Amino acid sequence: MNAVSMSYDLSTNYFEIFALPRSYSVDRAMLDERYRKLQQTVHPDRFATATDQERRISMQQTALINEAYETLKDPVLRGRYLLELDGHVFEDNRSMTGDPAFLMEQIELREALAEVRGGPSPLEALGRQLELITSRFSALDDELSSWFGQPDRSFPDVAVGIIHKMQFYRRLEQEALELEFDLEDQTGLV
Amino acid sequence: MALLQISEPGQSTAPHEHRLAAGIDLGTTNSLVATVRSGQADTLPDASGRHLLPSVVHYRSGEDPRVGEEAWSGASGDPMNTIISVKRLMGRGVADVTAKDAHLPYEFLQGKPGMPLLRTAGGDVSPVEISAEILRTLKARAEESLGGELEGVVVTVPAYFDEAQRQATKDAGRLAGLNVMRLLNEPTAAAVAYGLDHAAEGVVAIYDLGGGTFDISILRLNKGVFEVMATGGDSALGGDDMDRVIAAWIREQAGIGEDVDPMLMRRLLHDARAAKETLTDQDEVSLRVSLTGAEEWTGTLTRERFDQLIGSLVEKTLSPCRRALRDAGLRSRDVSEIVMVGGSTRVPLVREQVSRFFGRELLVDIDPDKVVAIGAAIQADILAGNRSDDEMLLLDVIPLSLGLETMGGLVEKIIPRNTTIPVARAQEFTTFKDGQTAMSLHVVQGERDRVSDCRSLARFELQGIPPMTAGAARIRVSFQVDADGLLNVEAQEQVSGVQSSIEVKPSYGLTDPEIEAMLKDSMDHAQDDMNARRLREHQVEADRVLEALSSALAEDGDRLLTDEERAVVDEAARVLAQTRQGSDYRAIKRAQEQVEQASADFVARRMDASIRKAMAGHRIEDFE
Repeated sequence: MNAVSMSYDLSTNYFEIFALPRSYSVDRAMLDERYRKLQQTVHPDRFATATDQERRISMQQTALINEAYETLKDPVLRGRYLLELDGHVFEDNRSMTGDPAFLMEQIELREALAEVRGGPSPLEALGRQLELITSRFSALDDELSSWFGQPDRSFPDVAVGIIHKMQFYRRLEQEALELEFDLEDQTGLV
Repeated sequence: MALLQISEPGQSTAPHEHRLAAGIDLGTTNSLVATVRSGQADTLPDASGRHLLPSVVHYRSGEDPRVGEEAWSGASGDPMNTIISVKRLMGRGVADVTAKDAHLPYEFLQGKPGMPLLRTAGGDVSPVEISAEILRTLKARAEESLGGELEGVVVTVPAYFDEAQRQATKDAGRLAGLNVMRLLNEPTAAAVAYGLDHAAEGVVAIYDLGGGTFDISILRLNKGVFEVMATGGDSALGGDDMDRVIAAWIREQAGIGEDVDPMLMRRLLHDARAAKETLTDQDEVSLRVSLTGAEEWTGTLTRERFDQLIGSLVEKTLSPCRRALRDAGLRSRDVSEIVMVGGSTRVPLVREQVSRFFGRELLVDIDPDKVVAIGAAIQADILAGNRSDDEMLLLDVIPLSLGLETMGGLVEKIIPRNTTIPVARAQEFTTFKDGQTAMSLHVVQGERDRVSDCRSLARFELQGIPPMTAGAARIRVSFQVDADGLLNVEAQEQVSGVQSSIEVKPSYGLTDPEIEAMLKDSMDHAQDDMNARRLREHQVEADRVLEALSSALAEDGDRLLTDEERAVVDEAARVLAQTRQGSDYRAIKRAQEQVEQASADFVARRMDASIRKAMAGHRIEDFE
């Protein structure tokens, strides 16, 4: 990218784009409101009759704001981003760290999900599974929040471990929702 | 015929002058053009007072093609040369078209890389050219009615259109001599027409069943911002398919064999459509089909039988609705309004099923045929800058994931579906062989894991990678999708800086030189006109740049530029203003580039300033 496209140099920090404090907990309503306000300022629709140059900058700025919004909205992406801002490289390897209890639960949850379809009332069973996943995820969210709240964050292994677990639940949730979609599609339910 | 919007030299548009703009709904069955006059958006009728232009083009030998109602009258007599539902062919390869639409009576020729050409009495034509004929007719209608040349238009596309289909639509606009300011998704356009009318807030579902396409979009409306949360659909499902099942039923009932000649098939489809329309408010319809000689078949189609015939088609629309809700993270109870769009939503079974699915009443008070064109006209009016005080903003998404082919024929998704556009994403790949100097990239679109199940958009190659051991090269592939939903892909080897980029279009589309050539072919004195056209284009662009710059300087020049910087910008602008009076378009282009270069920092500072202003008062003092 050249100097022009990097002009809004607060791109070095997504939090500053929205004038929000650099913190794991984000005020979602405020983020949404500021996102909309920024979009109204820079969106390509505001520059439809402008010169090619202005249109190009507008598109780049809008893409950047969209990316920042996506990142801050999502706990996993936000956590990773904060680690990166602290100077830690987040390795995206899927092999889990040595937490035997967690690994056991992983296997059990996957087995339970695989058995849902053949079970007596699959949608209800799935509903319970989804609830469990949501509560596990939310507990990890709290855990990560308090980790980021501590003054010394020079050893990120704990945070990396939590984020990996969150990613696991995220994938499991996706699979469960996909299965729910299939089941509903078959029965014609909403 | 004038092919491009051109202003006379010296007649440049003042900043607050009303610019002529229109919204065009380029539909499978019918097309419309609408515009905003005195704050009111309306569709424009032809000389006979008809608003809907049938999307039909009749090609004749040695004469200009006929479009619309006139072409329709030729349809049953000359089906091979009368092209209907061309929208279904847009952005498609011959293989897709013949496989999916085996019943089409046209004769297809294999064009270059997979692009279908139709053999007609008026010559071989591509779907893009056929669509351009329809657009030209609407352009002429609008310009006659508005008394001037259109400066810009918004053309609508189904939300579920993929990259190739969007690109084909934009090409058709260019070919028709239109300045396409934006491709707008049809359901989003409907939401605009509806939302502004009702000052709505909350979550709205737009169910859009047209002649040949189905879209479902879930939008959140909040203080003038229309945020598309998810979209889904089927770009080959619509009222046409209902006509087809009715025609097949008639054929069976009348004892006609499977091998129907094209003329009879057209008549059957025509009768089927009439029957479908009658069944909107009647319980049965009598049918009479003349067969060979004096033979005739008569029969009755009841609503009940009709509902059975189309049941599975209507059912097919509900799965995308469920999917879109899921993608938006919502349940049907979260949706506060359901807006019905498209002529096919007049079918009682459709209304019944959709109402049952969402568990509430439907909004049908805006004419479902006109609502998309009206929304497009409002957006065109805004983009043209005719209502600068307006806070309305549309934030749309891409309907299908974009990705790259990786080892083993699998797809690596770079941008997932329902991502807000414009968007830019990059991913790094590496070489897998020692000394590998080239890497081929295959850009695909779709949700499936295997490349063979997705749509191939383009292939290109990054060459000149310095030989390194396997895995040492770092190839960064960047995807950029603009506000029209069109993709641009760039690849760069990070260690050496070797670069390659592509505007994605070749697979089924036209290249820029091909469009130029087509434009040229359609002119009498090609070369002279091309040069004259180029000159005027560059003059218009130069005027636009100068005008934008001068109003920007008046607002912020003193605040954001030092005297020295100002002098440089002023000088470049002076040179451009002078060059613009001449007749050398290349010199004008160069002078304009000089201005852009000289004012680059200024433009960037202005953008920063406006962002800061938007966030003013929101600064958090204590960044921990």
